[in-house]
Amino acid sequence: MNTSTAGSGTLDQQSLDDTKELGAFMETSSAGSGMLDQRRLQTVKRQRFQDFIFHKITLSFSLIVLVSLIGIIVSLAIAAWPTFKKFGIEFIWRVEWDIINEEFGAAIAIFGTLASATIAILIAMPLSFGIALFLTETCPTWLRRPLGTAIELLAAVPSIIYGMFGLFIFAPLFAEYGQPALQSTLGQMPLLAPLFGGATNGIGILAAGLILAFMILPFIAAVMRDVFEIVPPILRESAYGVGCTTWEVVRYIVLPYTQQGVIGGVMLGLGRALGETMAVTFVIGNSQRISASLFSPGSSIASTLANEFGEAADFHLSTLFALGLLLFVITFIVLALAKILIIRTERAKGLKT
Amino acid sequence: MNSIIRKFTVAAASALAMVSAAHAADITGAGATFPYPIYAKWAEAYKKSTNIGLNYQSIGSSGGIRQIRAKTVTFGGTDAPVSGAELDKDGMVQFPAILGGVVPVFNLDGFKPGELKVTGEVLADIFMGTISKWNDARIAALNPGKKLPDQSITVVHRADGSGTTFIFTDYLSEVSSAWKTKVGKGAAVKWPAATSVGGKGNEGVAGNVGRVKGAIGYVEYAYAKKNNIPHLQLRNLDGKYVDPDDKTFAAAAAGADWFSVPGMGISLVNLKGADSWPITGASFILMYKNPTDKAMSQEALKFFDWSFKNGKQMALELDYVPLPDVLTKAIAEKVWTQIAK
Repeated sequence: MNTSTAGSGTLDQQSLDDTKELGAFMETSSAGSGMLDQRRLQTVKRQRFQDFIFHKITLSFSLIVLVSLIGIIVSLAIAAWPTFKKFGIEFIWRVEWDIINEEFGAAIAIFGTLASATIAILIAMPLSFGIALFLTETCPTWLRRPLGTAIELLAAVPSIIYGMFGLFIFAPLFAEYGQPALQSTLGQMPLLAPLFGGATNGIGILAAGLILAFMILPFIAAVMRDVFEIVPPILRESAYGVGCTTWEVVRYIVLPYTQQGVIGGVMLGLGRALGETMAVTFVIGNSQRISASLFSPGSSIASTLANEFGEAADFHLSTLFALGLLLFVITFIVLALAKILIIRTERAKGLKT
Repeated sequence: MNSIIRKFTVAAASALAMVSAAHAADITGAGATFPYPIYAKWAEAYKKSTNIGLNYQSIGSSGGIRQIRAKTVTFGGTDAPVSGAELDKDGMVQFPAILGGVVPVFNLDGFKPGELKVTGEVLADIFMGTISKWNDARIAALNPGKKLPDQSITVVHRADGSGTTFIFTDYLSEVSSAWKTKVGKGAAVKWPAATSVGGKGNEGVAGNVGRVKGAIGYVEYAYAKKNNIPHLQLRNLDGKYVDPDDKTFAAAAAGADWFSVPGMGISLVNLKGADSWPITGASFILMYKNPTDKAMSQEALKFFDWSFKNGKQMALELDYVPLPDVLTKAIAEKVWTQIAK
């Protein structure tokens, strides 16, 4: 942070020097023309000053983000310190959550977070890809606007509504029809059987993943639609012109052109799925266990925090902060992976060296 | 146009002034969620008669203890009593303010409220997961003549830390030594049953119990009663099967010896008395003996004094149990006198 302020400081100094030079130049060059040049010089000076102030203000705005980010990381780390001091790095893969005996581990919550987010992204990604394709390529014009608005509206629904919908409407139906159907089909396959075993309560990791999928679907679909739309019509039409099918146009023209945006949209959805709290708390079942079955209740990092913060004290509180820090790290890793993925694909295409 | 704006400004300013004036006199408290409805009701009535308001934030018992330790509130509320040693260390006093009960609820086709009987040991084993079917021989032995289905039991518990869980696990620890050693008591515990599911709040537990066939859970009495959720009959220490209601709660409180523990932090579960409901608990108030704002502390005491005297009917309406007169008198004489004026 220090270096950045120092850097911008020298930059400002430079721009001030520029002003002086310019002033000196104008003075020498227009020694004879008097008042008019004087006024011109003042205008230039004023504008330079305005630019300088503007630069400083916008800089301070962006510094607020940086400072609060560092502040959050530091305060999380300080509050989480007792936990890591007691359990060490082992805290991350310990399968234990016993508040009374102060035995804690993050594995259960991390597993729940990753499992539900993975299910969500596996379901939401192909669906939203299809939605975006339909909207940009094959949708009749009169339907395009209402459908697009509906998707944007879906994105605006608060997550607690999804949670309530999940617990009171989706879960009973899922328990009654969805889970038995899965159990009698996929649950009969040799390798998949353990995934769909156990009691059919309607809530659990799979239910949380499904609700999350519905939550992030509009986000991903909206981003994909927007990036598909920026493909230059000339490319698309040329492809159709040489006889490509819709699929070929999408596969060889639209997707390569918009790869970055598509990955960005998926990562945006994944980020939201990892950190989603209320909707997950309602349907994940909130039990501190890891089980092979996707039907069994579990808990995510965010749901554990939401549930236990109110009544946590002393060491327990510190472990919750440690969980928060881990969620931060996981989200960071996901974002970093996305960036690396984008850079790699660009390199492969030879756009960047 | 201008005059309208001016009028609005004046109105807004005077409203602001009123709000801040009211705030200046408000008593502040924070803590347990379990007694929040009755504190809010008392506060409303107290405000009507004295014009002094109470701002109670129901943030949970641990939160209440944190807030009073940070001295941001005049009193803290907690369902799990603070020990005498801790109270001495912080220079605080503790007294009960209201009583209530926790009720085991269940969802089994063909059974009406109170139609199924269990003992404390059987209840503990159900929550432990060692009894996993409703037609288990031990449940059947307590309910002769009833046809129990061959259905597996799903245990539903609070997912959030809660005083209700504290009272319930306090009871299970009291009646089952296995529970005491393997699980223990607390606002949130490690639920051992393989089928256990967590719900957020009373409504989350009730929602899951109502939805899942063969489920068993526990909620505050007021919540079970208001929503007509079938409860279990429990056998108390005297061997009698009782239903939860204000009479059986009061019977439990009558058998309590409040001043036997420093800070009055006694447990009300599994107490003697032919009619006593075994899962009864109190919610406590924490205050400093030597508060920074003495006048405000006295205001808080006045509020509780008024509520103890005038708030009994309100408590009963909300399905809480008010403290008996003997007890409130003793609190005023023995506890409140320790707070510096």
